Amino acid sequence: MPKRTDIKSILVVGAGPIVIGQACEFDYSGTQALKAIKEEGFRVILINSNPATIMTDPELADATYIEPITPEFLEKIIKKERPDAILPTMGGQTALNTTLSLKKLGILEKYDVEMIGASSEAIDMAEDRELFREAMKEIGLKTPKSLIAHDLAQGLEALDALGLPVIIRPSFTLGGTGGGIAYTREEFIKIVENGIDASPTSEVLIEESVLGWKEYEMEVVRDKNDNCIIICSIENIDPMGVHTGDSITVAPALTLTDKEYQIMRNASIAVLRKIGVETGGSNVQFAINPENGEMVVIEMNPRVSRSSALASKATGFPIARIAAKLALGYTLDELSNDITGGQTPASFEPTIDYIVTKIPRFAFEKFPDAKPLLSTSMKSVGEAMAFGRTFSESLQKALRSLEIGLTGLDPIEFRDIGKDAEKNIVRAELGEPTPNRILKVAQALRLGISHEQIHQSCRIDPWFIQRLQEIIDLENKVKKYGLPNDRENFQTLKSHGFSDARLANIIEKDETFVRKHREKLGIHPIYKRIDTCSAEFHTPTAYMYSTYNYLDFDDFDNEVDPSLKKKVIIIGGGPNRIGQGIEFDYCCCHACFALQELDIETIMINCNPETISTDYDTSDRLYFEPLTSEDVFEIINIEQSKGNLLGVIVQFGGQTPLKLSNQLEKRGIKILGTTPDTIDLAEDRDRFLKLINKLNLRQPKNKIANSIKEARKAIEDLGLPIILRPSYVLGGRAMVILRDENDYDNYIENTLPELIPEEIKIKFPQNKDKQINTLLKTNPLLLDSFLSDAIEVDVDAISDGEDVFICGIMQHIEEAGVHSGDSACSIPPYSLKQNTIQNLKEQTIAISNSLGIIGCINIQYAIKDDEIFIIEVNPRASRTIPFVAKVTGIPIAKIATKLIAGNKLKQHITNKENDALNRIKHVAVKEAVFPFNKFDGIDVLLGPEMKSTGEVMGIGDDFGIAFAKSQLGTNVPLPKDGNVFVSVKDKDKPNILDAVKSLESLGFNILATGGTQKYLIEQGIKAGRVKKVLEGRPHIVDSMNNNTISLVINTTEGSKALSDSKTLRQAALRNRIPYYTTLSGALAAVESIRMYVNGLGDVKSLQEYFK
Amino acid sequence: MYNEKQSRDISGNNDAGWEPIKKTGVILFSDGSIKYGYGIGKIGVTYGEVCFNTSITGYQEIISDPSYSHQIINFTFPHIGNVGTNYEDLETANPDGKIHISGVITHAMINLPSNYRSKLSLNDWMKQQGIVGISGIDTRQLTKNIRDNGMMNCVIEHSESCNFDIPKLQKILSEVKSMEGMDLATDASTKTIYQNYQKSWDWNFGYEDNKDSKIKIALIDYGIKSNIIRMLNHFGCEIKVFPPNCNINQIFDFNPDGVLLSNGPGDPHATINYSVPLIKNLIQKDMPIFGICLGHQILALALGAKTIKMSFGHHGANHPVQDLDSKKVLITSMNHGFAVDTQSLPAEVVETHRSLFDDSNCGIRVKEKPIFSVQFHPEASPGPQDCYYIFEKFLDNINSNL
Repeated sequence: MPKRTDIKSILVVGAGPIVIGQACEFDYSGTQALKAIKEEGFRVILINSNPATIMTDPELADATYIEPITPEFLEKIIKKERPDAILPTMGGQTALNTTLSLKKLGILEKYDVEMIGASSEAIDMAEDRELFREAMKEIGLKTPKSLIAHDLAQGLEALDALGLPVIIRPSFTLGGTGGGIAYTREEFIKIVENGIDASPTSEVLIEESVLGWKEYEMEVVRDKNDNCIIICSIENIDPMGVHTGDSITVAPALTLTDKEYQIMRNASIAVLRKIGVETGGSNVQFAINPENGEMVVIEMNPRVSRSSALASKATGFPIARIAAKLALGYTLDELSNDITGGQTPASFEPTIDYIVTKIPRFAFEKFPDAKPLLSTSMKSVGEAMAFGRTFSESLQKALRSLEIGLTGLDPIEFRDIGKDAEKNIVRAELGEPTPNRILKVAQALRLGISHEQIHQSCRIDPWFIQRLQEIIDLENKVKKYGLPNDRENFQTLKSHGFSDARLANIIEKDETFVRKHREKLGIHPIYKRIDTCSAEFHTPTAYMYSTYNYLDFDDFDNEVDPSLKKKVIIIGGGPNRIGQGIEFDYCCCHACFALQELDIETIMINCNPETISTDYDTSDRLYFEPLTSEDVFEIINIEQSKGNLLGVIVQFGGQTPLKLSNQLEKRGIKILGTTPDTIDLAEDRDRFLKLINKLNLRQPKNKIANSIKEARKAIEDLGLPIILRPSYVLGGRAMVILRDENDYDNYIENTLPELIPEEIKIKFPQNKDKQINTLLKTNPLLLDSFLSDAIEVDVDAISDGEDVFICGIMQHIEEAGVHSGDSACSIPPYSLKQNTIQNLKEQTIAISNSLGIIGCINIQYAIKDDEIFIIEVNPRASRTIPFVAKVTGIPIAKIATKLIAGNKLKQHITNKENDALNRIKHVAVKEAVFPFNKFDGIDVLLGPEMKSTGEVMGIGDDFGIAFAKSQLGTNVPLPKDGNVFVSVKDKDKPNILDAVKSLESLGFNILATGGTQKYLIEQGIKAGRVKKVLEGRPHIVDSMNNNTISLVINTTEGSKALSDSKTLRQAALRNRIPYYTTLSGALAAVESIRMYVNGLGDVKSLQEYFK
Repeated sequence: MYNEKQSRDISGNNDAGWEPIKKTGVILFSDGSIKYGYGIGKIGVTYGEVCFNTSITGYQEIISDPSYSHQIINFTFPHIGNVGTNYEDLETANPDGKIHISGVITHAMINLPSNYRSKLSLNDWMKQQGIVGISGIDTRQLTKNIRDNGMMNCVIEHSESCNFDIPKLQKILSEVKSMEGMDLATDASTKTIYQNYQKSWDWNFGYEDNKDSKIKIALIDYGIKSNIIRMLNHFGCEIKVFPPNCNINQIFDFNPDGVLLSNGPGDPHATINYSVPLIKNLIQKDMPIFGICLGHQILALALGAKTIKMSFGHHGANHPVQDLDSKKVLITSMNHGFAVDTQSLPAEVVETHRSLFDDSNCGIRVKEKPIFSVQFHPEASPGPQDCYYIFEKFLDNINSNL
């Protein structure tokens, strides 16, 4: 049966901003879906609030709406576009929940829009914990014993029936948000209350613990003829109790017999049939008791999920694309498997001849107040994946892909080891699921603890423990005998995944030594293809991974087959992390698209399964490989062996490829675009200062300090406040603003010691000062005079080395001092003077020209009292490139790529004076999205260290509208009435006055604490009084907890006041009350509320903005 | 013997430093190539036709499947042996319990097993069953070779001493016969008539016996897999297994309601002297007949169709087959190197199933008669169990015939 002809237009719902549990895998799925639908001739309408996505590129849909994904905005779009159908299964939980709301509000019915991909009944049955449990019972599948609670009293009853420990799972939340494992009654009460809050239906499931059982996932696709296929099975190495997104997982499942596997296969198909998923992909999760094989169903997702992205990349089967086609009415046998060049149909089960390991990447270092413990609520911010022909190879490759300083299965220190009862310490540590538990297991093996004891503590399947043992046995041999001098033994090491760097660490030599030894032996990796069929059919698709055979090396079967074409290698960004996410993948993909337009073969290297850059049809050739120098060099070598490798592009993947650029250049590999020397110049303080002076520009006063004493002296010289950071860490890590003397002491006492490496600690036990001074000798502290209340501006530009084009000038909403990635910003600037803007342009052109930028440049400025200071220069694509591209309608990353490839700016921008800024008549605001609700007990205050995971964009005819949409897009419920709480520092009082008056005139009731209330009353505002927390109860936090506050404006100064107001900010977060901690943010919020109260007007698609 | 230390110590470690790796296995192919690896299973020499199997799970079922008689399996999935072996996951139905496969080729070394049902490591079980194999081979490369150049013969030797007499092995290789024209069914099947009551495996109860006998099925054994017997018992049939060259009266003495022609190894054409007359006789008597795999091919021959040798056959658990009536796609378990030539089907025979991989024939039925057969394995084991219903179809045929 071919596609449906009764529908003509389809609305696709995106996933919105990147948050923990819902990351760029939904850009991957959405983009595949859009392409699949569009090529069938349907009109496609898209809503997604996230501008950093490929899917919101205007050419992918007929009408692209960057609007908040809320029922309110969806209705506006539906009313305007009148789509025949809505596809909610490609945008994660956000799309599913929002579409379900539309259905419940009667909006779909009103406008006669059909849900395709999944029915609302199916979504309900899958997502509602009680309905799901009942459904499973009806088809004879077991679920863990569980009870539903809608309030704490019901919860406690359930607890009595089930006994501790129990797992709490809220209904309809993503990434297990609000859930957890309770071992005590106290924990139980806390988690249940949180969970009921987090669930849109105020419902939690309290579930018998199957902790320690083995956890599996099945990726299933079903069509309307009831054809069901399993794309991939996934086994979690971390047993039940750790969210699957936080678990190390392998594909395929490795410890099941066929009988067990088939039970699970049958069950997962039965689940899809029962739930009623008729056209698309789903994911079903199981737990298996390792003692007797007993199986229970944990949950199912009736949509494309994070695991689908993983399964797609692991097998080469494009789940989202196929699922979209099925939703259009096709059946599996009518679709072909593109990876085999269409030789085989899509109606088969992929079979693989390698092992895939995925390891999550965490960001606990960003939230020092949160314990690095894993549970059923997801906490990781990204992941790396690796292929190998053995589990050991894929595991060690995945570990070094993480970019957290690991070269493989590196040693790790246990706390308190060396004391009595060593083994008990180790075993206790293994019992705690932490991000680095796999390393701890390996370390326990090094300490000689038995497999059985380790298994008992961590419940990781013995099969995996044995593989770790094999790695360690080989490691011990290397330690004992050095590197082998024969090929076969060396080959054995490589086939177990040992990197040159790891071997170098073991023998305490440098990596080059190992590499030379290896090359002397003639040992290089071979490349195999990912083909969905274990080589049963020939594949024309160059989707590859490296491996080393055990033996057999005189007759290697290398499937790499490089072409004779002109080609360019693009190095991707690796696993997502805070500070380096989807924006960089967006740029890498655009680099591919641009080079393809120039008829240059594109070669992508990346290891992040969530991305579009690792789709096999984005680049001409894809290497799914770690981004270490060893792995990248081997690819370059082989690609150079044939054809014409023009060079490597490093400026799109964030810091990851940039870090490799020096080594690449040293080995004679051409870096295209801006040179590594320029990159170095921009990062070297002294060299950069000289340049700034030469150009007659200004930087904030700054100093470098190589000791505690020098730093104190520098502080005296510069005067407070000061921005302070260590010189060798990136992404704003350990970067603070010193506001008073105590701050510096606190930094020396608490922050710096965390950064001291073990080897220095061991040298000077007990002497912290000596430790710090030793560290600072090689890695000095950088001190910059902090410009209080300055306006921060980001400028993005591109250049061909001669001409510079200013793409975007973004004025930050928050004042300087908040990391640029965390600050909201506006295009065009909303309060800068015309001559300041002109000055910014001129300075940017001057810097770009003197650096010789070819490609992208991003400069951060601070403006204080009309004077411009240069804060930072990034000679690469910045995080804001996709945002600027969406706002201006200019494909900046593509043009930049063409400049890198030798095109001239003139070829692409005909009238430079008519720059992007002058072209647009609308306003767009980018707002950051934070993961605070995932981490217990942390402060939500913004500072120089970046903490956000994603961004949204609001676009409209004026600033207030754009800002309002940006707030709604981040899921902040902007109020239209109610009580506003105001408590601001003295300096801000005069400036907040107009805003408060405005709120009052809109009908809001004003509440304030002592000083602020007094001031407001004096100014004629009827402000009520509410107590600070310190003043006794009932205080402001009580009011917030009672849901009587609808907006919080709270600015503070000084460390003491900051920590005093922490509970207030946490209460706001917990109760989902919009809160603004900066004056500029508050003013913008009030302006946006004014617009919101009056309605935000009609929606316009990107295509209409640029008509 | 296989133990934890040995499993770890893959390069013959002692205190003298890195020792040369002991390559205890060698494999010679009929295309002239020789590869060294690590011997697994029994010490000794084996030979046969090498075919690849793309299943990820179910290696014990595959190795014990009598259809692999005279064949050596090259597993495309690198880690084989993870879940060990047990006494349940066996597919050889013969009362003598003999394993018919000639050898095993794997990529990764066999590890210690981890599964609650495991009784013996794969390596030890292979030793016990007398199976020679080799690991450390690039099984993907071998698969591509077979895919591009067709099936080859090979010889494997496993020797602790690592001293291989290559000319001697080459001589053995040169004498390995082609599968074409080879009757292997007689060897892989039972010599005696027997009954078996084992029902299909259940997680809770393992194997239980069937006490029902409402329908009687005669199974003609060409190398039958146990799970065919278990499926029929599962559906409450009383079964009796007959040797392939049995006298038809022996079958009629049992008074069966239907006859199942089993799977088995080798060239279907090589069996026609004894198989075809018997089947023709059954057809004439309007006996409900159901053929599986080799049984399907032999039935086709008896109906007047032809069979052909395939280039590299179908061996795996992910093969899409379309039911031409319902248009539904079945994901099937397959294992065959010969196929029925669709072009040769006589007028009264209808094609019912077709492979979506290569359009080869996967099922037939006879018009107006309760006779049908399929090329794939509806009994699964290993592989997807989506086609269990085909047994019910057979029983429906019988019931409407009663």
